[in-house]
Amino acid sequence: MSVSDFEATALRYGGFGPVSFVMRKGEILGVNGPSGCGKTRLLRALADMDPWEGEMVLEGLAPGTMPASQWRRRVAYLPAESQWWFDGVGEHFSGEPDSAALCALGLESEVLGWPVARLSSGEKQRLGLLRTLINRPAVLLLDEPTAHLDAARAQAFEALVAAHCAEGMMALWVAHDPEQLARVATRGYRMATGGAWQEAEAWT
Amino acid sequence: MDVIALSWWDILLAAVPLAALAAVFAWRGCGLSRTLLVGAVRTFVQLALVGVVLKGVFQNAHPLWTFCFSMVMLAAGTWEVARRQHRRFTSGWTVGLAVLGLFTAGFTVTVFAVVALVGVRPWWSPQYAIPLLGMILGNTMTGIALGMDTLTQNAWKQRAVIENRLALGQTAADAVSELRRESVRTAMTPIINSLAVCGVVSLPGMMTGQILSGSDPLAAVRYQMMIMYLIASGAGFGSLLTIQLCARRLFDSRERLRLDRLSA
Repeated sequence: MSVSDFEATALRYGGFGPVSFVMRKGEILGVNGPSGCGKTRLLRALADMDPWEGEMVLEGLAPGTMPASQWRRRVAYLPAESQWWFDGVGEHFSGEPDSAALCALGLESEVLGWPVARLSSGEKQRLGLLRTLINRPAVLLLDEPTAHLDAARAQAFEALVAAHCAEGMMALWVAHDPEQLARVATRGYRMATGGAWQEAEAWT
Repeated sequence: MDVIALSWWDILLAAVPLAALAAVFAWRGCGLSRTLLVGAVRTFVQLALVGVVLKGVFQNAHPLWTFCFSMVMLAAGTWEVARRQHRRFTSGWTVGLAVLGLFTAGFTVTVFAVVALVGVRPWWSPQYAIPLLGMILGNTMTGIALGMDTLTQNAWKQRAVIENRLALGQTAADAVSELRRESVRTAMTPIINSLAVCGVVSLPGMMTGQILSGSDPLAAVRYQMMIMYLIASGAGFGSLLTIQLCARRLFDSRERLRLDRLSA
């Protein structure tokens, strides 16, 4: 195994698991399974936001070797519903998002000057991705990330994640839509009710 | 000048309008007369008890009695803080943090007042220490109760926001920084309001009492100024400390939001 992989071994969390998988740089792993089987909870455990047992290693380092906030910038969880707590959109960004990325997602360049109240749920979802990408995560954990987007916007979203993965980012992509997983994922896992975890042959 | 003492008959006479009010409430069917009478009886019993105990403590001035009385006040204040919480921390943390905040801020400010300001000897003299501690603890208690309640209730409601901020790599302290500030502001609102209107809209009870008992109004006013400053710092430091510790208790060592540490 090269040191630049992400590896989870016998991960147990909130009564689910064990989950084991290895990711190499640039890979997008798809995950699907019925509602309530623990997919969101898996992403939360990987970001060290819920208690877990087992082993996780990113580029040779376990979560315990660094402050939790630093791990979460490296292994970034993008929740299904992004939250906005200040009045202005721009206040939620710790840096300037790439203007090409804004454009690629079909967002106007002035959107950062808007009040949050003006955003649609689809705009929130796309801005949520850009806000997370500013941290330059090594692993991106996506939870139904295009639920509020039409087909064209969803594909632009997929393309942006794929472009980051082409530069070495890894992603774990949770989705119900088998066609989307077939488009984005290099391989994947299926989770059964109760959290049983196995490699998926094909998305159906 | 001596204060004109009231006899027990005077108290009975003062209760006559109250009894009339209860009768009117009963006649109009307001359903208030019972609670009003129970409250009036409680006032009588509680104050009579405190009067008897204080009389005993003053006559047999001893640091142990002052200490015992202040511990009873601390326990009552803690109980009141816990009673005013909509969501308490599990395994006694609410009581523990309330005691810590009340004790640290309330007792420090009171000891500072009797030693450095009033300069009474001995410093634990019950006649000064007990009323000062009562006023300071009472206001510190209100501040802590409000601050704690604001913090825990809002953390519960804003779970998704706090966790999204953590997911973006913010530290636990950053993720609740606005919440903490808001809790401190809520805790301080009553005392800041009373600092602003003191003497104009309201004549403080202690000052009124001193004037009634024949003190020079300017001397009474100076006491009141001291009290206002002391209760503001007691309430402020007490709520700051408690809110800080409560905010820390909301997260574990891996900076996960642990709302399971709050009871529903």
